[in-house]
Amino acid sequence: MSAASVSVNIGAANREALDRLCRARPAWTAVRPAGEALGLTGQSLLHAGPPIGWERMCGPMRGAVVAAVLYEGWATAPADAERLAASGEIAFAPCHSRGAVGPMAGIISPGTPLLVVEDPINKTAAYSFFGDGPWGHQLRFGAHGPETLAGLRWLRDVAAPTFQAVLEREGPIDLASLMSQALSMGDEMHMRNAAATGLLARALAAPLAGAVSNQKDLHAVLRFVTKDNDQFFLSWAMCAAKAAARSIEGLAGCTVVSTMARNGVDFGIRVAGLGDRWFTGPASVVAGLYFPGFAAADANPDVGDSAIMETYGLGGMAMAASPAVQKIVGAKSFADAVATSRSMAEICVGANPLFPLAALDGTGTPTAIDIRKVARTGLVPPINTAIAHRSAARMIGAGISTPPLQPFVDALVAFGEAYPA
Amino acid sequence: MALRGVVWRSTYHDSMVLMRIAEGLRARPGVREAAVLMGTAANHALLAAAGLATPDVADATPGDLIIAVDAGDALQAQAALDAAKGLFDERRQAREATGQALPRTLDSALRQLPDANLAAISIPGAHAAVEARRALKQGLHVFLFSDNVPLETEVELKRLAVEKRLLCMGPDCGTAYLNGVGLGFANVVPRGRIGCVAASGTGLQAVASHLAALGEGISHGIGVGGRDLSAEVGGLMTFLALDALRADAATEVVVLISKPVAPSVMPRLDAALRALGKPVVVCCLGASPEPGSAGTWVSTLEDAAHAAAALASGRVWAARAFSDTEAVRVLLARLAAEAGRGARRGEGILGLYTGGTLAHETTLILEPLLGTIAANFGGRGPGGPHKVLDLGADEFTAGRPHPMIDPSGRAARVSEAGRSAKVSVLLLDLVLGRAAHDDPAASLAAAIRDARDVAARDGRTLTVIASIVGTERDPQGLRAQTDALESAGAIVLPSNAQAARFAALVAKPELAPAMLGQR
Amino acid sequence: MSLETVLGQPLRVINLGLEIFATELQAEGATVVHVDWRPPAGDAAIAALLARLDDE
Repeated sequence: MSAASVSVNIGAANREALDRLCRARPAWTAVRPAGEALGLTGQSLLHAGPPIGWERMCGPMRGAVVAAVLYEGWATAPADAERLAASGEIAFAPCHSRGAVGPMAGIISPGTPLLVVEDPINKTAAYSFFGDGPWGHQLRFGAHGPETLAGLRWLRDVAAPTFQAVLEREGPIDLASLMSQALSMGDEMHMRNAAATGLLARALAAPLAGAVSNQKDLHAVLRFVTKDNDQFFLSWAMCAAKAAARSIEGLAGCTVVSTMARNGVDFGIRVAGLGDRWFTGPASVVAGLYFPGFAAADANPDVGDSAIMETYGLGGMAMAASPAVQKIVGAKSFADAVATSRSMAEICVGANPLFPLAALDGTGTPTAIDIRKVARTGLVPPINTAIAHRSAARMIGAGISTPPLQPFVDALVAFGEAYPA
Repeated sequence: MALRGVVWRSTYHDSMVLMRIAEGLRARPGVREAAVLMGTAANHALLAAAGLATPDVADATPGDLIIAVDAGDALQAQAALDAAKGLFDERRQAREATGQALPRTLDSALRQLPDANLAAISIPGAHAAVEARRALKQGLHVFLFSDNVPLETEVELKRLAVEKRLLCMGPDCGTAYLNGVGLGFANVVPRGRIGCVAASGTGLQAVASHLAALGEGISHGIGVGGRDLSAEVGGLMTFLALDALRADAATEVVVLISKPVAPSVMPRLDAALRALGKPVVVCCLGASPEPGSAGTWVSTLEDAAHAAAALASGRVWAARAFSDTEAVRVLLARLAAEAGRGARRGEGILGLYTGGTLAHETTLILEPLLGTIAANFGGRGPGGPHKVLDLGADEFTAGRPHPMIDPSGRAARVSEAGRSAKVSVLLLDLVLGRAAHDDPAASLAAAIRDARDVAARDGRTLTVIASIVGTERDPQGLRAQTDALESAGAIVLPSNAQAARFAALVAKPELAPAMLGQR
Repeated sequence: MSLETVLGQPLRVINLGLEIFATELQAEGATVVHVDWRPPAGDAAIAALLARLDDE
């Protein structure tokens, strides 16, 4: 392959990638258990981030594994669950290896009810789980106590079938237009999902009342959707972003990032033209604001598949849309947030007109991160993210994590080898 | 002594910005030396050689900034490092106040300025060629100030440029004028009817400044870089530039400034000069024309300006050794009188130059008059009483700013020369203009004073002769800079060629009858 | 913009490198965008690879 033909391919491939990302119109179509939706069988667990084994897993992820093992009934006590996990009998794989995304620890087991999001334009699908449980009892932060397990069972037995019933009656819920609207209402859809959650709740309220005859269950599901959960929509946002990103996975000659994800120990990327290969570096320490009583020493390094938001052009890339998120993640000022969105244009192929940024005169959010531009400028995409406690199974703050540059450079070198002159 | 060093990761600034900040630090109380450098291998070696390297800075990469300070005590050193932060913050705030973030690449710059027509490139040579290629592919003309671009790359860039009828001015192009706008180190000269094609930045500066003094001006000054008329490059950019000036209605006379042209290129050049259809002056320092060559050939930069002005106004002109022979006689008489008071003279002329072309011109003038001249260029050897040094050459500028930007290096050598019994005449250039130091005469004048005082105390005569490339409208002001040097005891001649001839006269008075005419 | 055209037009410059060149051009009334250029990440091999993988 000549140098000239490689150059033409990259430019064209990248423009095609931008096109696919921009024309995606993901919609929530169904709720299905992971075993059925992903073909997850036997003692298999999916986790957030690049591949990792039990020995290296961080505290929140180990806690979440224990919760999943107990939920599946593969063990009955946490100590036994840990022994099982350490024994090698559980097959671990990244959520991303199955077209799924998991927030924070991101553990999916065969019995986990998953949102199914489908994009009719690019014909892709993506899956994630519902944010579970009250504060301090959430699987994704590593909780595995009785309240957590009760919550997981309630999700499986009550909430999931309810949502499935609503979707069967009402048809798919358009996430693309919902997210576009939410952006204009001040969400960036990674750490600020309040408007999107409100819009989703509005879309679900009457259908839920129509679908659920049991008053107690209806009350519980409506509370689940509306109370104390500004981040509820994040799972849908992540699925929408993943569905869009799947459309570029494997696109030959394309230097656009198809995945960014963290497992709490490693940060990893995948590149469209390099298929399934992961390029990793150390997960960053998140720079941010802590809830009262917590500090940096308590924090787990960056964790979760939610960096799929930045991969899609939202989250940190869209900070200029979200004055509210600055306070949440401790950005210096609105001017700074605008400057971030502007500087992200330096490393992206283009902008997504579905998500116009008023602060940038209606230019769309910077979309399609090009590893060549990252290597050339040294600019890496900032990730707005929650901060997990390293052991105490809770969220302790929020901030901005700066991924390492080296994985992008390593990917560039691999791309050069995969596409020689 | 307190040595402190600090590294700012992933912080890049251009070399001139860093130099100004280092200057600011050196001015602080107690600071003996300060270095502000990117962490390249060459700079690490420089720090070590200057005794400024500390373990703290050892792992700085080329993308990291090193600040190293040597001060009287720890408090002063720390204060200087803190001040550095303040100096950088000032710059950042000034930029942020404008509200617009600077683009990081050529591509994003083009989004901001889609109808850009020129890229001015002065980044390190290793990267400059890549950006120049990108710019040419985007249809931009290129002003390529950077050097250390391999010859084969220069050929490739210029072929691409010629194919698209774009200018690729350089590599190693210090000065250019397009449509009355000066690029790089350019003097403030009027727009006018003389078009120049120059393989030398300082050469173009000198010719442009002389033209301004003669009441003429520049239509365009197209720099082509020092290697354009070599056999390998084959004059690619020179021919494109000549063709452009041929067609340019504002250009009435063309001046070509170059070193000797490669024999394989000469026939094509001759044809191109004939095809101009306008009078052309050729100044190829070190070369003489073949009989029947096109153009008016001159042997100095000053003469190139005179000849061009004469051709433009239809006057007749003849080269002279000095513009004011009488003034020269008076000066020589005065010097002879001073010498008569018993002070010894050393043997030799020492030329300390910031402009390589001026240094070259000087050796060409001195050699026929004085015999072999030692120099650090042009394949000349080191020995002999007379020596000319181009202080802008690589061996003096590795890791240090060019002397036109940072005059302190040459000032130190001038002081040193005052202590040498061998040096009778110091011969200096001074180059003014945009982007150059804002008061280059100041440190030079101080050094000249110092050198002459030391020599006088030692019972020796040291004559300091200088010329200034510049115009009154230059930011530094020609008159003010001339006054500064003259107050320090330097004798300032109107051109480099005249300064060189005057130096020869001082070193070898018996040349006077031939050069000045019999009395 | 062709050679003939540029010699008659105001200069609109993109400056990569010494900031002082951009400042001086602005003072002369030319339109200038100064690029906050940094060397690319990695070594010369990376820089060469980036050049090879450039868009046409």
